[in-house]
Amino acid sequence: MRHIINLVVENQSGVLARIAGLFSARGFNIESLTVGKPFGDETSNMTLVVRGDDWVIEQVTKQLNKLIDIIHVTDVTENDFVGRELALVKIACPANKRSDASEIANIFRAKVVDISNRSLTLELTGSESKINAFLETLKAFGIKDVARTGPIAMLRDSNVRPD
Amino acid sequence: MTGAQMIVHALQQEGVRALFGFPGGAVIDLFDQLYDAKLPFYLTRHEQGAVHAADGFARASGEVGVCIATSGPGATNLVTGLATAHMDSVPVVAITGQVATHLIGNDAFQEADIVGISRPITKHNYLVRDVDELPRILKSAFYIARTGRPGPVLIDVPKDVQQARTKKEYPSSLDIRSYKPKMNGHLPQIQKAVKAIESHKKIVIFAGGGVVASGASEELRELSKKINAPVTTSLMGLGTFPETDDLALKMLGMHGTEFANYAIQEADLLIAVGVRFDDRVTGKVDKFAPNAKIIHIDIDPTTIRKNVEVFIPMVGDVKRVLREMINLVEPKDQPEWRQQIMDWKRNHPLRYDNSNGRIQPQYVIEQVADLTDHNAIIATEVGQNQMWTAQYFNFKRPRAFLSSGGLGTMGYGFPAAIGAAIACPDQTVIDIAGDGSIQMNIQELATAVTYNIPVKIIILNNQSLGMVRQWQAMFYNRRFSQTCLRKNVSCPPHCDGSGDNCPTYVPNFTKLAEAYGAAGFLVTEPKEVRPTLEKAMNTPGPVIVECRILEEENVYPMVPSGEPLNNMIRGMA
Repeated sequence: MRHIINLVVENQSGVLARIAGLFSARGFNIESLTVGKPFGDETSNMTLVVRGDDWVIEQVTKQLNKLIDIIHVTDVTENDFVGRELALVKIACPANKRSDASEIANIFRAKVVDISNRSLTLELTGSESKINAFLETLKAFGIKDVARTGPIAMLRDSNVRPD
Repeated sequence: MTGAQMIVHALQQEGVRALFGFPGGAVIDLFDQLYDAKLPFYLTRHEQGAVHAADGFARASGEVGVCIATSGPGATNLVTGLATAHMDSVPVVAITGQVATHLIGNDAFQEADIVGISRPITKHNYLVRDVDELPRILKSAFYIARTGRPGPVLIDVPKDVQQARTKKEYPSSLDIRSYKPKMNGHLPQIQKAVKAIESHKKIVIFAGGGVVASGASEELRELSKKINAPVTTSLMGLGTFPETDDLALKMLGMHGTEFANYAIQEADLLIAVGVRFDDRVTGKVDKFAPNAKIIHIDIDPTTIRKNVEVFIPMVGDVKRVLREMINLVEPKDQPEWRQQIMDWKRNHPLRYDNSNGRIQPQYVIEQVADLTDHNAIIATEVGQNQMWTAQYFNFKRPRAFLSSGGLGTMGYGFPAAIGAAIACPDQTVIDIAGDGSIQMNIQELATAVTYNIPVKIIILNNQSLGMVRQWQAMFYNRRFSQTCLRKNVSCPPHCDGSGDNCPTYVPNFTKLAEAYGAAGFLVTEPKEVRPTLEKAMNTPGPVIVECRILEEENVYPMVPSGEPLNNMIRGMA
């Protein structure tokens, strides 16, 4: 199963290396990793996406907790959460196709962030499946480049579980 | 205060009794401060010797062992010792010099990224970039090394940081928000464990290195007596329960006793205390203790459910958890189970053939044990010497058996014995070695001689790398690839055993001891063993006793790798 794990870590040099080293040394796989500093320079927040059975996830969580520089570990997938990814997509788009592209962008609530006479760059935020669907639709134009973050996630306090 | 002065100040504040190390360009400033400091310093002849000595000091005393090395090769020479301490959870602080901060990353002279290299083999490590951070880092390093599940911590200090001045003081206390070892067990879990004890009839206690680290031998004995449960130990747990006790099953696992392995396979409840279920202990893991529910107590949550499924996990300091259990559990007896254990012990004792007129290694170990009343501190190297010691010494107390259990580091024992002798000057310290292992850190004979450290080295010389040779004999069709230490250029490429025309063994250990200024004795006859050991004990300073043992003696019983524990090869006797 796919798990999203949020970490709060000390913003020390080498923290990322410790986490990466732990995963490679123990044979766990990181599917994606996002790092940010929402609360200033002292700590960083990381979101990891890890695939594994219960045993793997239990070990991953415990081993992460054991690292001295990690302050907090939360497996958000155990509860109800909101998960979002950001994607930037550059598609082949001559002037005569702009209105078609713009229509699709509107349907997905994506934004146009750059335009040239050969291409269009779109920005989209959403769940993983929404972004997958968006990319699928844009294939007709010809995708020239994609930049995509892994997910970031937060627990819902409303206690409303999806489906 | 300069960074170098701060380091010396910190060592004094932490009550460090001995330092082991080797100087170099990146630590000249620190050594300059040590020149006047009132801190006993032991100059080893190799940095690996320094880190093993610090490790041996720590294991024998329970204090943090400290070693110092320079940047680059000095630091990389610590790697094996750090990994050894890490695998066996030994509190060591290693301080390394580093090139000046403006040179880091430039491939400077004697530069190595030791923080990167040592990351997976330390509990934690630090590169000090600012002298103002040094006091907090030093304090944290000692705290992290000795608390929770202990382990080695490395501090890498660039040369300019050693020279820079700081106004910061050495902290008297500290709070690391991300590091709070859980000491107390969870009461409902403890109650559940007590209920389980009350309802089972074939209980075995399995104790490991965590009992040593936590200082819980007394609690272990109390619990065992209160519920009449036999105790087996891992290699790291030897001595936590007196092996001469009726309830002692001695060591389990690959070279464990038959009665320990039978007891594990028959038990209905296993109380595992401070252990990590290493593959050398479990054998085939899904056939390990097949009839038992497992209660697992450990301070490190990652050990729980890592290798085996656990019925009642308890995270906490084993001393505290055991105390709680003793307080809550009703006294009980399991007479049929005890009788079964006694029968196994009587019918399947450890045994060896003593009839061939050659020196048996097991006999040497028994004589050493008898001569020291089972009370000496015994270090071992790794391989057959280590297993025979574990089987035949009959340890009575913790911190008396120093051995590289997890990493299996040949060359560990001798420098560790030096460290232990410095930690415990009023005790007899003996290194039981093989002729292969002892050569891996033989240079430390100079350290032992120059500081007059009375470590007695007993070399069980079978003229081969015996444990590998044993596997080759048993599982590789006697193809003795590179395990004969007598082999020289005149030998045929293939040879399946020694004969009359074999080359002379090198080195001559007696002369080697004398070259270093130590005493050396050679023993070739069984009847000379005891008197020579007595002579060695009565000779001041370091002594080598070389015993020419039967070359092809193997360690039995043996559970072949990947087999269940009750599938033991018993040997000839």
